[in-house]
Amino acid sequence: MSIELKQVSYTYMPKTPYEHKALDAVSFTLEEGSFTAIAGHTGSGKSTLVQHLNGLLHPENGQVLVDGTDLAASSKQGRKEAMAARNKVGMVFQYPEQQLFEETIAADIAFGPKNQGIEGKELEERIKESMELMGLAYDEFKDRSPFQLSGGQKRRVAIAGVLALHPKYLVLDEPTAGLDPLGREALIQTICKLHKKWKLTIVFVSHNMEDIARLADSVIIMNHGKMAIKAAPQEAFMQTELLQAAGLQEPAMLHLLHRLREAGIPVNDNAIELETGIKAIREALSDAE
Amino acid sequence: MLSNITIGQYFPGNSILHRMDPRVKVLLLLLFLLEVFLFSNAVAYGIFSAITLVMMLLSGVPLCMLLRSLKPLWWIILFTFVIHLFSNPGTPIATVWLFTLTWEGIQMGCFISLRLILLILMSSLLTFTTSPLKLTDAMESLLSPFRRFGLPAHELAMMMTIALRFIPTLIEETDKIMKAQQSRGADFTTGNVMKRLRNMVPILVPLFLSAFRRADELAMAMEARCYRGGIGRTQMKSLKTGGIDYLAIGGFVILTAALLGIKLST
Ligand SMILES: Nc1ncnc2c1ncn2[C@@H]1O[C@H](COP(=O)(O)OP(=O)(O)OP(=O)(O)O)[C@@H](O)[C@H]1O
Ligand SMILES: [Mg+2]
Repeated sequence: MSIELKQVSYTYMPKTPYEHKALDAVSFTLEEGSFTAIAGHTGSGKSTLVQHLNGLLHPENGQVLVDGTDLAASSKQGRKEAMAARNKVGMVFQYPEQQLFEETIAADIAFGPKNQGIEGKELEERIKESMELMGLAYDEFKDRSPFQLSGGQKRRVAIAGVLALHPKYLVLDEPTAGLDPLGREALIQTICKLHKKWKLTIVFVSHNMEDIARLADSVIIMNHGKMAIKAAPQEAFMQTELLQAAGLQEPAMLHLLHRLREAGIPVNDNAIELETGIKAIREALSDAE
Repeated sequence: MLSNITIGQYFPGNSILHRMDPRVKVLLLLLFLLEVFLFSNAVAYGIFSAITLVMMLLSGVPLCMLLRSLKPLWWIILFTFVIHLFSNPGTPIATVWLFTLTWEGIQMGCFISLRLILLILMSSLLTFTTSPLKLTDAMESLLSPFRRFGLPAHELAMMMTIALRFIPTLIEETDKIMKAQQSRGADFTTGNVMKRLRNMVPILVPLFLSAFRRADELAMAMEARCYRGGIGRTQMKSLKTGGIDYLAIGGFVILTAALLGIKLST
């Protein structure tokens, strides 16, 4: 079971002077249970790419298969299956708090499940569950207006609204953009929990190499609509030239280790996380003594 | 979905029409449309059609795009044509129930439809070759003489500029909110009118909220930069009337003279 992209291309506003090829023959497979990060410079096509994962955009060329079902199927039977497949993929947009519209938080979270035909006791269960997952106490928040919340809380409500759909795959487009450091960390921990405890397959778009290094088990680097790298973060960050060509920088820790090495200090320079990096430097120091 | 709408249908380019002073373009267009109404003999219409065709070719805008601007009004054109077919007294050709098709009717129908088509094509040529911002500048400049009668020319133009500036932003936002709600299973394409209207609520509420927020922020930002309205403001790209424009005006004067001559001689 997986999401599979085969040679996906997409052009915005084709056949006009504003034509722009946003994706160019992108192919990869996202296995169930994986945690994939997507990185790339501004305008490299990340958002366009993730919108293909639940059929919001249909590829101009190529195919998107969710658990083997083609999302762009056009036959009547095919459309029904495609709808069902789309429901397996939950999508959290950039600044999701802008999509809140109901009078109470509970009603807003209920919007998705209601569209799926869920009612009564089960609906309430789902609301409660997804609010607790996102760290919003049900009794305290359910009857409050979403517009009275802080930005970070609003975002939690919006993500809860997607979780209430019980997706199997969860796609997050820059979920931490614009949050303060504490809010960021809390949200990242929540995403980790969703991955580990709830066995959700996660795809997340991020600019933060440190986050990618410690969270993801695989990273896709986009460059001008093409996929430049798909590998484990460890390997991806070693390809410094490709990274730089894609307008990205290796994690700060790795950068430091590289610089130390250039300066003639023999450190082990394949640590991408803070802790392992510190360990590598300690080892080099004790060796020197 | 919504991404295919281009606002003001401006088609970037560098043709003669693109380089003309927008004020001259607007004035000549208005006069041209007036003449289309005033001179309604066959020769004049031949000339008008020829001019429109030449302009279309000069503009460098693909013909299919120009013709597409007729599409929304296609039914009106057809309707006018049919009405005129049957509502003119004259030599009868055929009778359908209560209505008589007349020879004069056919002529009149063709005439009126052609008039409509010319009106639409010429006006869309203006919007195809003039960016919305230039158009508002032209409007401000053309309306400024009326300021002394209390017409807020600058304010009107500023309002239009802001509206034009934010339409693409709002479309983008609508697109995004729509996609977000679709991801939560919202359905905007099925059901009867009432149901569809109700389905719009999840889009409209966030859209209005953000529009109000934006308006607020913009007002604040303008005030912070000491915006005080129109008096004494200059423009970064001021409009200039050049050689092409005098040529066009000259051509137009000759055209008018010729049309008057034809009209008087018949
Ligand atoms: N609705 C649209 N219409 C036309 N072009 C678009 C549209 N959306 C995106 N593009 C273009 O497609 C390209 C890819 O956009 P996309 O939003 O996928 O980039 P991104 O990698 O998500 O960037 P960011 O990091 O800024 O979010 C950009 O160059 C953008 O200008
Ligand atoms: Mg993006």
